[in-house]
Amino acid sequence: MRRTYRFYAQLGFTLLVCSFLILPVIMSVMAGVTENFFKGISSGVTLRWVVEVWDLYADTIFLSLVIAIACLACTIVLGIPAAYVLSKRQGRVARMIEELLTLPLAIPGLAIALALIITYGGFRDFRSSWVFILVGHVLYTLPFMMRSVLAVLSTADFRSLEEGAASVGAGFWRRFFDIVIPNCRAGIVAGALMVVTLSVGEFNITWMMHTPATKTLPVGLADSYASMRLEIGSAYTVVFLIMIIPLLVALQLYGQPKKKQAENFDDLEHLESRTAKSAHMRSKS
Amino acid sequence: MEKRELPFLAVLAMPVLAVTLAFFLLPLVRLTVIAGSGVDGLSAYTAVITTPRYLESLFATTVLSAAVTVVTLAISAVAGVFLERNRFAGRNVLISLLTFPLAFPGVVIGFMVIMLAGRQGLIGEITKFLTGDKLVFAYSMAGLFVGYVYFSIPRVILTIMAAAEKLEPAREEAARSLGASPWRVTRDVILPALKPAFIASGAIAFATAMGAFGTAFTLATNIDVLPMVIYTEFTLRANIAMAAALSIVLGIITWLVLNVARSLAGSTVAAAG
Repeated sequence: MRRTYRFYAQLGFTLLVCSFLILPVIMSVMAGVTENFFKGISSGVTLRWVVEVWDLYADTIFLSLVIAIACLACTIVLGIPAAYVLSKRQGRVARMIEELLTLPLAIPGLAIALALIITYGGFRDFRSSWVFILVGHVLYTLPFMMRSVLAVLSTADFRSLEEGAASVGAGFWRRFFDIVIPNCRAGIVAGALMVVTLSVGEFNITWMMHTPATKTLPVGLADSYASMRLEIGSAYTVVFLIMIIPLLVALQLYGQPKKKQAENFDDLEHLESRTAKSAHMRSKS
Repeated sequence: MEKRELPFLAVLAMPVLAVTLAFFLLPLVRLTVIAGSGVDGLSAYTAVITTPRYLESLFATTVLSAAVTVVTLAISAVAGVFLERNRFAGRNVLISLLTFPLAFPGVVIGFMVIMLAGRQGLIGEITKFLTGDKLVFAYSMAGLFVGYVYFSIPRVILTIMAAAEKLEPAREEAARSLGASPWRVTRDVILPALKPAFIASGAIAFATAMGAFGTAFTLATNIDVLPMVIYTEFTLRANIAMAAALSIVLGIITWLVLNVARSLAGSTVAAAG
């Protein structure tokens, strides 16, 4: 194909957008390992700021991981059954429930946090524990797990799978646990990655709901940006990036339905080539 | 089979309904009631419109979000259609880089804006080298604008690329063979076909910008966007009724925008930052 000037103009523009997004990331990585960012990288490379971040904020990192894992457990227990019920029922009540369950996405986190504080702020023990923050995270991430599982449930032919199982005597729970859940794996994995990524990065709800004893990673980040020197904020950002990158890579690998289609397509091709091969062998013999 | 399953399905739906009622629906109702039961009673709701400070903030937030939406759509349309249409070495790297900031929380976006346009930022250094004057705009509405565009590009680009993938090249061929210029093909064939993707991703970008808090919080506490006003009402002024009323108004706006977009363009998936 001949590359026209239009191609290069668009390529140039896209590269510009790319550098707008990536240059600040590179800069903060550099600032995080530079002795003195104001003087530049020539002042020396150091891991001192990273160590300092660890000393100051290690607890926020652990708390974020604990909340993310607990949040994942909650969204699995709540979200998979919800998705299954919604895939089975098409009526108005089911649609209203679906609407209600996805509503937290349409409402700013600030409003959700305010509502929770107003309603449950009086329960001191609950208010001051990390479980309070967990509630907010579950509300916000549940729709992602639910939709991800629902997407798989509505593409695969579960009805005939289940009817087959029922005809050999499998009861409801047996079918749910042995047929439905294993076949939803792709959706559960994609949803789980979304849930963990969003929970680790959640700020809007968490900032309102946290107490000095329940600071998560993004809360610590805001704190360091506001009150620490630039190098520490940068080093902390680098720590956050290191945590989030494996999740993002996994999301790109397992999180896209497109990938799934491609796999099915590969299977089909494989099957065809095998049939062709056996036909070829037969004609030979 | 359908009828007999109903009790089982009800059991499965029970936990999620209980959690949602207790921790979402009930708190929202409480929020609505509290907003109307402050010292000013129901007038907390009318104060949103009658008090200049709140009205100005509502206006500023809406204008900012609209501008962010338009600019993000324009940037993402050019880059997204280009990446979907052309195959070249390094294309996948570019896509990965463009979607990399997808999981950044608002606070980190704020920090990225400081890296770009802050006191020790890249733009400051470049302008100082070129003109001798340091251009610093991170800690203002302009910085917030840059941050929200940064935040929205990865999301919008993914939606537009997915839509551009489904375009039929045959229609463009036809237009071209009838003598249409590249510009007219873009305007009359490509853009109309991408309209649902524009509406869906634009609505999400707009709603997210309206409700976002982390970026503004990182950049400066005196940027008067609505979420910052709600935050100061609640924490500094302890005016809980007003904070509640403002957040309900904000919630209704974002919900409305997303719902109108959904009925116009099919499904939208929102993600507040």
